[in-house]
Amino acid sequence: MMKQPKAIALISGGLDSMLAAKTVMAQGVHVEGINFFTGFCVEGHTHAIREKDRTKPKRNNALWVAEQLGIKLHIVDVIEEYKQVLTKPKHGYGAHMNPCLDCKIFMVNKARQWVAENGFDFIITGEVIGQRPMSQRKWTMPVIAKESGADDRLLRPLCAKNLPPTLPEREGWVDREKLHGITGRSRKPQMAMAKQFGMADYAQPAGGCCFLTDKSYSAKLVDLWQAQGNRDYELDDIMLLKVGRHIRPKPNFKLIVAREEGEGRFLEGYKRDYVSMKCSSHSGPLVLLDGEPSAEDFYLAASIAARYGQSRNAVEVDMAITGKDGSERTIRVKPMTETDLPKEWLI
Amino acid sequence: MNRHVLNARRLLCPLPVIRTQDKVRQLQPGDQLEVVCTDPGVLQDIPAWCRINGHKVLETKSDNHEYVIVLEVSG
Repeated sequence: MMKQPKAIALISGGLDSMLAAKTVMAQGVHVEGINFFTGFCVEGHTHAIREKDRTKPKRNNALWVAEQLGIKLHIVDVIEEYKQVLTKPKHGYGAHMNPCLDCKIFMVNKARQWVAENGFDFIITGEVIGQRPMSQRKWTMPVIAKESGADDRLLRPLCAKNLPPTLPEREGWVDREKLHGITGRSRKPQMAMAKQFGMADYAQPAGGCCFLTDKSYSAKLVDLWQAQGNRDYELDDIMLLKVGRHIRPKPNFKLIVAREEGEGRFLEGYKRDYVSMKCSSHSGPLVLLDGEPSAEDFYLAASIAARYGQSRNAVEVDMAITGKDGSERTIRVKPMTETDLPKEWLI
Repeated sequence: MNRHVLNARRLLCPLPVIRTQDKVRQLQPGDQLEVVCTDPGVLQDIPAWCRINGHKVLETKSDNHEYVIVLEVSG
């Protein structure tokens, strides 16, 4: 009797990877899930920082998918390794700072290593030819298989019939006839398949899983790199790009202004790492100063910060400045008016 | 049985889940782990991760914008 083949499925939390895993599980293959955290993944929880988004679902979709499928999920922290992918993508960027093709190659390669270390047989992805403009095209499929080193141990169950047979098909671990031949950007075949499998609930499909595809986020990342003169980053840097209003009045510093209470609470956690300021004479948001502001810069920063609270129309306000060491001082400034704030300062 | 504490404050999901997963790998069956977080998403995610992996959630509590989950490592 043939031993039960084992596959690892890349689970993003979206519909396609869920269907791909389910298709192979339905053929009697033992499937476990793997999910990579790059630091740029969009999760409900990032939005959950903000009070106004508290009504949105806060679940992690990859975990939720794994639970629905009844499979284990291995979440792997790839933040450090991913820096190379983002800063030096061999295949370049998409519309923004998204290195989608290099990212897919990287993740399939990581899955390949996991398969080798854990005695599994092959890798499953939810890729569909023509689904994505950069990474899911006819010509990218063999590139991903080859450059990841997965070669024909990489099975795409949703579009397998449009590709040459892979090892799992040739070995009879899966029946090619029971795989699919989906192409293009339409979601209808996947939705029909979800209905067939009895899946009534799933994350909104296709796209939006990575901050690097977001224009505003990408602009903040480029600004960060320009300001520091290199493309390095730490996790806190890229987390803070997701939170607050970012304003750079001068190359040597920027302000991160909490937009509401939830963001303020989140930024509170960074008060030991950044100089912060808050209006003490009126109600106003917490503001972090990132960089090395000069003595005069504090007045400029405080006048900008003062325009984001109830002090905006006051003639003068008191701004309390807290150092990284907890030391405090107060300066009196005139809040900057909207017309005095150059739009190019807003990142 | 030993009780351990994991500080996952300031981390946004899924990092608290990843840190929990990595810590649990070092523990013995029956050990308890108290995970202290500031991201409310953990109230959903760590129990989901426990259900998937067969670990038992003993307690969840929220206090002053901190979220604490106590779990017991399965065999």
